[in-house]
Amino acid sequence: MSSLAERRPKAEQTSSLRLVRAWFSNPWARPRFLPVVTWLYVLWSIVPVIIAIQFSFNAGRSRSTWQGFSLRWYLDDPDLSLLHNPLLRSALGQSLKLALFTMLIATPIGVALALGLARWRGRGSGAGNFLMLFPLVTPELVMGSALFIVFTTLLTFVGLGTPAQLLGHVTFSISYVVIVVRGRLFAIGKEFEEAAMDLGASPVQALRLILLPMLAPAVFAALMIVFAISIDDFVISQFLKGGASSETVPVLIYSNVRAAPTPALNALATVMLVFSMLAIVLAILFHRRFAPGGPKGQPGESAVRDFARLEI
Amino acid sequence: MGFNLVLTVIPARSTKAASTSEVSSSRSGGRVGLPRWLWPSFAAPGLGWLVLLFLVPIYAVLAVAMSSRLDPIFATPVPEWNPVQWDPGALADAWSPQLGTVLVRTFIYVGLAGSLSLLIGYPVAYYVARHGGKLKALLLVLIIAPFWISYLMRMLSWVNLLQPSGYVNRILMAVGILQEPRGWLDGEPLTVVLGLVYGYIPFLILPLFASLDRIDRSLLEAARDLGANPARAFAHVTLPLSKQGILAGSVIILLPMFGDYYTPDLLSGATRTTMFGNQIYFFLNSGTGGNKGAAMVVILSAIVSLLMFYYLYTVARAAKEAR
Repeated sequence: MSSLAERRPKAEQTSSLRLVRAWFSNPWARPRFLPVVTWLYVLWSIVPVIIAIQFSFNAGRSRSTWQGFSLRWYLDDPDLSLLHNPLLRSALGQSLKLALFTMLIATPIGVALALGLARWRGRGSGAGNFLMLFPLVTPELVMGSALFIVFTTLLTFVGLGTPAQLLGHVTFSISYVVIVVRGRLFAIGKEFEEAAMDLGASPVQALRLILLPMLAPAVFAALMIVFAISIDDFVISQFLKGGASSETVPVLIYSNVRAAPTPALNALATVMLVFSMLAIVLAILFHRRFAPGGPKGQPGESAVRDFARLEI
Repeated sequence: MGFNLVLTVIPARSTKAASTSEVSSSRSGGRVGLPRWLWPSFAAPGLGWLVLLFLVPIYAVLAVAMSSRLDPIFATPVPEWNPVQWDPGALADAWSPQLGTVLVRTFIYVGLAGSLSLLIGYPVAYYVARHGGKLKALLLVLIIAPFWISYLMRMLSWVNLLQPSGYVNRILMAVGILQEPRGWLDGEPLTVVLGLVYGYIPFLILPLFASLDRIDRSLLEAARDLGANPARAFAHVTLPLSKQGILAGSVIILLPMFGDYYTPDLLSGATRTTMFGNQIYFFLNSGTGGNKGAAMVVILSAIVSLLMFYYLYTVARAAKEAR
């Protein structure tokens, strides 16, 4: 491949210049500048988070001076640790509770919507598709303030706090479920259902016995993704919170980060990070391993890439 | 956060599956035995939910923004549900020179952060797509990882680093650039812009990567064989073919940036870095400012609607191709 480099002997060119020229004009040469930029970017994006995690294990109060390793901010501190501080515990509980219920409500609704939109060819399906995509492109601030206004003026029987937050989380999660499941539906195609029906299955049987089992990995991935985005959501949770008891972890971080934070805040964030990473890793593994007709070749890379394209 | 928007415009993977399903669907279009209401009834609960909790709330914003009435007892805004009674004057009342300043500042911050993201993101996406080699999977994982770390956690990390006694000040002082710690968190526009870049750049890189990764290498070889130098080949082949990714990625990050209020709050908190989103949040939560806040939401939506519709259009087209 490197033979593509120009080899015209030109006496007037100094050898170093020629080298540069040869390197520059060889399209397959390994770049030098790009990997530096890329690895610097990766460091820049990951290292701050790693440092934040490190300081959650700090023995002292500081979040900038390392004073030795301890689990003080997770377990040991009698008032301020994650285990003993009621505020931190309630935020953690609220986040997990919301994520769990959102996952259980949004996934069935989203799966049905994906099936309906993928198979429905009549009038109205275009508008349905459009409506499904709309929440994905609406800035969260717009969605959060709209829900806030509707719950304080029209649907006032839904109290701000957990009920409003749950409804809000489900609203923005439905579209993600549709995107995940729809990708799988397109890949499966219609043949399997049609074969089942040709062999005498009713539409409902074809759906229940053929399509849903084939969709199972995507449904599981959707569950996990909804869990992760619900746990990480800030704007909707913040707009729709009632009192302190409905503060989620991101809301608590927001209100405490500039006030008087201890490394317990880092510990809280770290625990949440573990939860959402776990959900995503499970989603990727399950989706790849059990998806029918997965691609051959490098499984690791294709899994990640596939996931990046369809699911996120 | 911006997860909302990270829906890549790349059509579903397998083109083979797409073409076979096309054949079969043309064979069996209008299949007998399937009741026509079957699939719409599957979609009904989801669509109903979105109408009630997405479209109605959006309408409620308009109803509050276009009304200048306040509840006589609680002084909370009273929505005007009948569009005939809407008062566009209420929208104009929300405008003030001070808001204009904030809006200009928002455009500057978002513009700077967006261009900086593209400037950093393009080389990264290009390198991973073209030269990732054996490390491609690892690099992709590292690039995708920030997606699944809460935005607030990532900002918290920077608050830690940028404290007066934090690592950034200590490093800059050790190197000799700074003589004494600098208050990076006390209203520095630079901090806010870099915070925006840090927060949203992963959402730009992914669609960029996807579009660069799809470029057929033989096109580049052809360009080279026909005598183009690398710069020309890049300008005439790679760049045009990645246009879709550049546009999609930019829209994906610009939309949430316009609606951001937490980044300036967390990294600065000073009034001289206030963005449009901060004003909205402030007025909506101030009780009597509800109408004004809603009017600002309408203004913001008008500003970003062009971006939104462009994005919806590309996604719809990609989905059609995938079928």
